[in-house]
Amino acid sequence: MIKFSLSVALAFGLGLGAIMSLIMGLVPGGSILNGPNKTTDSFITVASTTSTQNSGLFDHILPKFKATSGISVRVVAVGTGAAIRLAQAGDADVLLVHHQASEEKFVADGFAAKRYPLMHNDFLIVGPASDPADIKGMADSAAALSKIATAKAAFTSRGDESGTHKRERGLWASAGVDPTAYSGAWYRETGSGMGTTLNTSAAMGAYTLSDRGTWLSFANKQNMIALVEGDPRLRNDYGVLLVSETKHPHVKTRLGQIFIDWLLSENGKAAINGYKIKRQALFHTAA
Amino acid sequence: MDVIWQATLASFSMLMTLDDRLIEVILLSLRVSLTALVIASLIGLPIAACLAFTRFPGRKIILVSFNAMMGLPPVVVGLVVYLLLSRSGPFGVFNLLFTPTAMIIAQVVLVTPIIVSLCRESLESMRREYHDALRSLGATPAQAISVLVWDGRFTLATAHLAGFGRAIAEVGAVMIVGGNIDHVTRVMTTTIALEASKGDLVVALGLGVVLVLLSLTINFLVYGVRSLGEAKVAS
Repeated sequence: MIKFSLSVALAFGLGLGAIMSLIMGLVPGGSILNGPNKTTDSFITVASTTSTQNSGLFDHILPKFKATSGISVRVVAVGTGAAIRLAQAGDADVLLVHHQASEEKFVADGFAAKRYPLMHNDFLIVGPASDPADIKGMADSAAALSKIATAKAAFTSRGDESGTHKRERGLWASAGVDPTAYSGAWYRETGSGMGTTLNTSAAMGAYTLSDRGTWLSFANKQNMIALVEGDPRLRNDYGVLLVSETKHPHVKTRLGQIFIDWLLSENGKAAINGYKIKRQALFHTAA
Repeated sequence: MDVIWQATLASFSMLMTLDDRLIEVILLSLRVSLTALVIASLIGLPIAACLAFTRFPGRKIILVSFNAMMGLPPVVVGLVVYLLLSRSGPFGVFNLLFTPTAMIIAQVVLVTPIIVSLCRESLESMRREYHDALRSLGATPAQAISVLVWDGRFTLATAHLAGFGRAIAEVGAVMIVGGNIDHVTRVMTTTIALEASKGDLVVALGLGVVLVLLSLTINFLVYGVRSLGEAKVAS
């Protein structure tokens, strides 16, 4: 009986298989198991942040790197916290994130030999044009957050241990406010990426902290505008790290180092600085 | 409402122009989900047949478990498969994380319970209906099963469509184990999630419409084959 059931299943499978092979035939290199998995492919996996992906930076620079090196870069874009965990588990060769303290801890824990400072831009507080907490044009970002707290104006937080989230909590600490006490009231933690959090903020008319790259490329601003910017505490530094071979022997350190060297080279810098939206550069490399 | 209208227009222009990137994403979606369906079918159908045609202690428990697993949250399946395939996990040496194969594995886990439960249900009701007739005709168990499976082929096909629907529409698991890597593991649903997070709601919804149209086409195809088949049976 089991034998029979098997043969029925096989017949079904063959039918489906016929349809599938038609489709697979159309996919370039489309064998199930070793299509994109070929060892001959030279690629590296980079764990990075949603801000670099959502801003379109990788789409701009990676083709240039591929053209010079022949190496494909596979970007897995998650929050900084999640990216670091991926790299610690050995699931990425290179880490490109934006929370210096976490990056230094990554090095101290032996997961990377060193942190290379790569580029920077800045955070800004964005919110509804009506600006209920009246923070527009303030130079002190922590004072602006205090005002938002006093006004109990809606504020959306990433709430996902990302670099932006960690920075936001740092600013609240400087402001002397513990917003999590108001979580669910005026302080709303989305637990999502920057873009999703901006979508939520736009829909709720809430303030939020965003990196400039995502903000400039974000297409659903509705009536949101930039309100507080230019505070030195809002500087947003990105670092790049090569995952240590001693921790994870399988890591592609040679290819990873080629990528990092290229990013830090004049060509790499030109590619990063040359990425603009509406004639505004999104990221600036160190001089 | 304006966005929905714009999205519909956008989806038509996407379908008209059919640029390479869109084709790439659609084909990868189909490749991953159809492969998952075939494997889930190879695993699920024999289990469904065993559960429908045999009686053994503990059968009810297995049955209910499979029914419950139809509601497995994709994101949980994604996490478990991630932990298994991670370089720090037990199957890390196979280097499968962030590949289409990882996405197929996750979807097989999601689809198999649907195939088992729905096929078992239809085979069992057929069995009740025809049991006496087949017995009185003196059919052997093997003959009886072959008659039932053949007779139930259309409902079994519907069960497979349900499984395929679950796979092609799912985003939580493929996002985690695939990583949404451009040109490698980016499928329809993860593209939609990405575009939505960029605030490109029109593109996101447009792709959504394309996905729905794709699903409709497949269902019409199956329905067409089925109607042809039924007409043949009737004549």
